[in-house]
Amino acid sequence: MITARLLSGRMTAWDVAFLLLLLALAMVVPLLNLVPDANSSFHLSAYMVSVLGKYLCYALLALAIDLVWGYCGILSLGHGAFFALGGYAMGMHLMRNIDGRGVYGHPVLPDFMVFLNWDELPWYWSGFDMFGYALLMVVLAPGALAFLLGWFAFRSRVTGVYLSIVTQAMTFALMLAFFQNDLGFGGSDGLTDFRDLFGVSLSADGMRSALFAASAIVLALAYLCCRLIVSSKLGRVLVGVRDAEARLRFLGYRAERFKLAIWTFSAMLAGLAGALYVPQVGIINPGEFAPAKSIEAVIWVAVGGRGYLVGGPIGAVVVNAFKTFFTGNFADYWLFFLGGLFLFVTLFLPQGIFGWLRQRLVGSREERS
Amino acid sequence: MEPASILNLDGVNVSFDGFRALNDLSLQVDRGEMRAIIGPNGAGKTTMMDVITGKTRPDSGTVFFDGRHDLRRLDEAAIASLGIGRKFQKPTVFENLTVADNVLLALAGERGVFANLFSRRPTTAGDDVDRHLAVARLLDHRERPAGDLSHGQKQWLEIAMLLAQDPKLLLVDEPVAGMTDAETEQTADLLREIAAVHSVVVVEHDMDFVRRLGVKVTVLHEGSVLAEGSLDHVSRNERVIDVYLGR
Repeated sequence: MITARLLSGRMTAWDVAFLLLLLALAMVVPLLNLVPDANSSFHLSAYMVSVLGKYLCYALLALAIDLVWGYCGILSLGHGAFFALGGYAMGMHLMRNIDGRGVYGHPVLPDFMVFLNWDELPWYWSGFDMFGYALLMVVLAPGALAFLLGWFAFRSRVTGVYLSIVTQAMTFALMLAFFQNDLGFGGSDGLTDFRDLFGVSLSADGMRSALFAASAIVLALAYLCCRLIVSSKLGRVLVGVRDAEARLRFLGYRAERFKLAIWTFSAMLAGLAGALYVPQVGIINPGEFAPAKSIEAVIWVAVGGRGYLVGGPIGAVVVNAFKTFFTGNFADYWLFFLGGLFLFVTLFLPQGIFGWLRQRLVGSREERS
Repeated sequence: MEPASILNLDGVNVSFDGFRALNDLSLQVDRGEMRAIIGPNGAGKTTMMDVITGKTRPDSGTVFFDGRHDLRRLDEAAIASLGIGRKFQKPTVFENLTVADNVLLALAGERGVFANLFSRRPTTAGDDVDRHLAVARLLDHRERPAGDLSHGQKQWLEIAMLLAQDPKLLLVDEPVAGMTDAETEQTADLLREIAAVHSVVVVEHDMDFVRRLGVKVTVLHEGSVLAEGSLDHVSRNERVIDVYLGR
């Protein structure tokens, strides 16, 4: 009821269409996987379900980036770090779920710890056997890192390209740290060989469908939250931060607090995306912290259209669909294509795919806000 | 008892890389007074505004608001919340927001993150918003993006935003720059109206405009006060004539 009242008058037809599409996907994709016979032409393979689920996780990451970039003017080149931290938190839970079925058969320790001759779990691994605790860490770990970084950066009024470089350095430093075996997160191999979640095998068809549906629903809920934020008075303050931060201060708003709140919330969404991603791809390693990953995610948002919320998810799905196709057929040319796509969009579709589409359909030049 | 002066600058010095922007500047503005500040380019008018609003920290000297708030210790947001509003030389409005939303952001009220997230204030359909828009004659433009307004209209929108902030002291930097004669005249009327209930400091180059305001004038030169009094009084001052004609 409260949600309904809050949302009345705040949602556009685009929002409703996007949410309905997600709900439809959450039902149709699992049905196509589970109901038709494996030989039927309607059958969607378990592999495809996971690929689509992966896209939705990327879409959630893109949504998180658009919230800070499109509405708050913070260009993060390190959101991959928050994604990876959420992924690691989920990965740790999945490792604990292996429960003595690893290669070495140790009742508690993951294989890589046995291999390193460790005797007991490091303190920061305790609690991850409980799903609730792991879920808490999925949002708290990226949230805490973002809060800390944002606290110092926004207070010192580090903005623009300097802030982008700081975020890039952050993800790079984390990548180097996670490569270390001593840190206790599996080194360069990361965490993998997961068995099950809630006692159900991750490779079961039903499980893949469930994870896909969960990704769609979480994306829908996150989208609703973001829409609530940007359509409230807070959303107008954020646009003020984006367009004329100094002016806003003279109106009595502490711009840094608004940035910090949205930045931290966005990092938490990225963490959730990572947590949904890991069980669907079956591995999390330090490669996810690579600066290039974060930059790629920013390109999704630019391609889809910045400052609309729905553009990020569109860009993520479109670019990754191309990526799946290219890496399957012309792997060597993928990066050329990605670079070309980015150039094309910047030059010919400065508002991104969604901005262009909206302009074509609506015909009016409504201002983004 | 409330102090008579709303703003009190005493012996303020500011220098940038050896250039003395403010040189032992002392200035007092009374409660309810409107004061015009004139002076050639580089006299320190904008730096003085920056010091009052917390954008620039003085090297030495004291700056007191309302007799008790030491403005040197506060940041921009805190000073704005105390009740000092500022209109910039170059009109700065939030171009991607509607005219009404610009005023909405300026309205006195919630300044916290969560208070704004759950704000129940109807986004644009507020009597308060319309009242200020009416004063600035922008009611017909309320749903337009502020970026679409003409230069003069943006100046007026800024004044509407200042009024919405309901500050005790308004600092107005060159309000008629780039305005037509008719607009200049209307702006002078508007400022006199505002001065009836607020303390106002106006920085302006346009002598006709200052004459029309008919208030006490302070002449700044090289970062300190050169002369003070009525416009006729200061324009007879030898040193003022030298400074203005010597250029």
